Amino acid sequence: MRLHGGTKAREITVNAEGTFVFEKSLPESDLSAVKPANSRQGIWAIAASITRAQYWLFAGVGLLVPFLGWGALAVSAYVDPIFMPGPLDVFRRLYLWLIEDDLLNDTAISMYRVCLGFALSAALALPLGLLIGAFRPVEALLEPLTDFVRYMPAVAFIPLVMLWFGIGESAKISIIFIGTFFQMVLMVAENVRLVPRAQIETALTMGADRYEMIRLVLLQSAKPALLDTLRITMGWAWTYLVVAELVASNSGLGYAILKAQRFLKTDTIFGGIILIGLIGLLLDQAFRWLHRRSFPWLHGHR
Amino acid sequence: MSKVSITHLGKVFGKAGSGVPAALVDINLEIEENEFVTLVGASGCGKSTLLRILAGLDRKSSGAATSDGQDITGPGAERAMVFQHYSLYPWLTVMDNIKFSRQLKANRENLSSSDVEAASGRADALLDLIGLRKVAAAYPNQLSGGMQQRVAIARALMGRPAMLLMDEPFGALDAQTREVMHDLILHIHRIEKTTIVFVTHDVEEAIYLGQRVVLMQPRPGRIHSIYPVPLASERNQDMKHGVAFRDLKTEILTRIRESSGMATDLDLLGKLNQPAETP
Repeated sequence: MRLHGGTKAREITVNAEGTFVFEKSLPESDLSAVKPANSRQGIWAIAASITRAQYWLFAGVGLLVPFLGWGALAVSAYVDPIFMPGPLDVFRRLYLWLIEDDLLNDTAISMYRVCLGFALSAALALPLGLLIGAFRPVEALLEPLTDFVRYMPAVAFIPLVMLWFGIGESAKISIIFIGTFFQMVLMVAENVRLVPRAQIETALTMGADRYEMIRLVLLQSAKPALLDTLRITMGWAWTYLVVAELVASNSGLGYAILKAQRFLKTDTIFGGIILIGLIGLLLDQAFRWLHRRSFPWLHGHR
Repeated sequence: MSKVSITHLGKVFGKAGSGVPAALVDINLEIEENEFVTLVGASGCGKSTLLRILAGLDRKSSGAATSDGQDITGPGAERAMVFQHYSLYPWLTVMDNIKFSRQLKANRENLSSSDVEAASGRADALLDLIGLRKVAAAYPNQLSGGMQQRVAIARALMGRPAMLLMDEPFGALDAQTREVMHDLILHIHRIEKTTIVFVTHDVEEAIYLGQRVVLMQPRPGRIHSIYPVPLASERNQDMKHGVAFRDLKTEILTRIRESSGMATDLDLLGKLNQPAETP
């Protein structure tokens, strides 16, 4: 048996009379020689931690290499620049689009559509999902139907939507709504169902009624998950916007891409796609920032 | 009149006659005002189910369960429950968790404005009682498991419940923390005069805390025997080494081993220890 006192270990044995015998101290190296088995693998050990600097190094490589590859491909003249413009051409086009054409206006109208469609979707999906998650009869009533509609491709509704609403704003907003609403309802319901049973039952034994349960427990407990659901569905709304603008529009970023194809302006297509990706990334980061701001109790540590 | 009266109570999960052994069969138990009763037994003996029926969280299938002569039909603020874990509200500070019941209608209805003011005084007193005044503004995920359970107990006590129902509240804590919690809950029982029903699978815990230990057996869940604990009402850790304590512990452990069907097979263990044969 070894007892660890201070930094040195003592060997203790029991002699024939049954009393403890304290041997002389063991060398210190006896203890320090023990190292975690995976230390040799460094950052490549499974689930190892890396420093912030290492993270940004890898992130930079991951972002830069495709860009350089793209640039190299464009310079090599291996592909026709009409089909594959280089990064510099694309950024020049974006700049011209900004100062000569209506880039800001195109972006604004696209943002407006996404926000409206998304807000409409969220305004209906949040209460409905909450009811489905909280009440079993509502779940039985609505979830199978929602599950069914969810598998109908939103894009296939476009002809119908165009028949009903033409190509006005309501058409685009309807498509974004159809694309996000049903998924959002199911995700919200799941967020609510995942509230720990003990949190609900504790409130019950303190005398909470159903309304208090929803307002003070279910909603509060699910809030972080709900914000994540909004963040993910916002990404989808952004995708469906482009789909809607490609087929049923005469303005917006998606429409600009389509128009560019007609005139073989591939640099505009590339620019539009990159811009849409960037705006999506910014929206996502904004949601993450809001998440950190809103729920300090999640991010605090012991 | 007893505080709680349980007569011929039965509980069956699923449909009757589906072959599943009853969770509880013919349970009869009287619990007195200000008593500390512990329920102990092997897993599947229905001790948690019985507690949840008392809390009103599960429905009985047959028989009767009354609290203060009133049939228990659902959960109520006079029977507060403490769970093993995950019951604190992580978005509320320690103080707001303790005061949570004050936000509920059940507690507001019969309150005057002076009561509301007295409430924050009570929350402070409870914080002192559990020794966590310093972390009143912290969030639950900043606390250790033992501190979290102390907050959960204070929160349950906030509405001055007549009964405290505890479902293995210290089951996830380490042995040293658990001893501290034992003396704390005994202290609370003396001061608050709450009737406590405490479920555990730890026989030593059941004896140390309980004035009576209810031993339950599984398949079907039933009461095997009810032991009065032969210890002075003021408990201290040294009593665990006394003869009376050890005898009762041996007796209960033996009964549990008989019923659990999980006796240790020493022959089998011996075989496991032999070196593998090399071909």
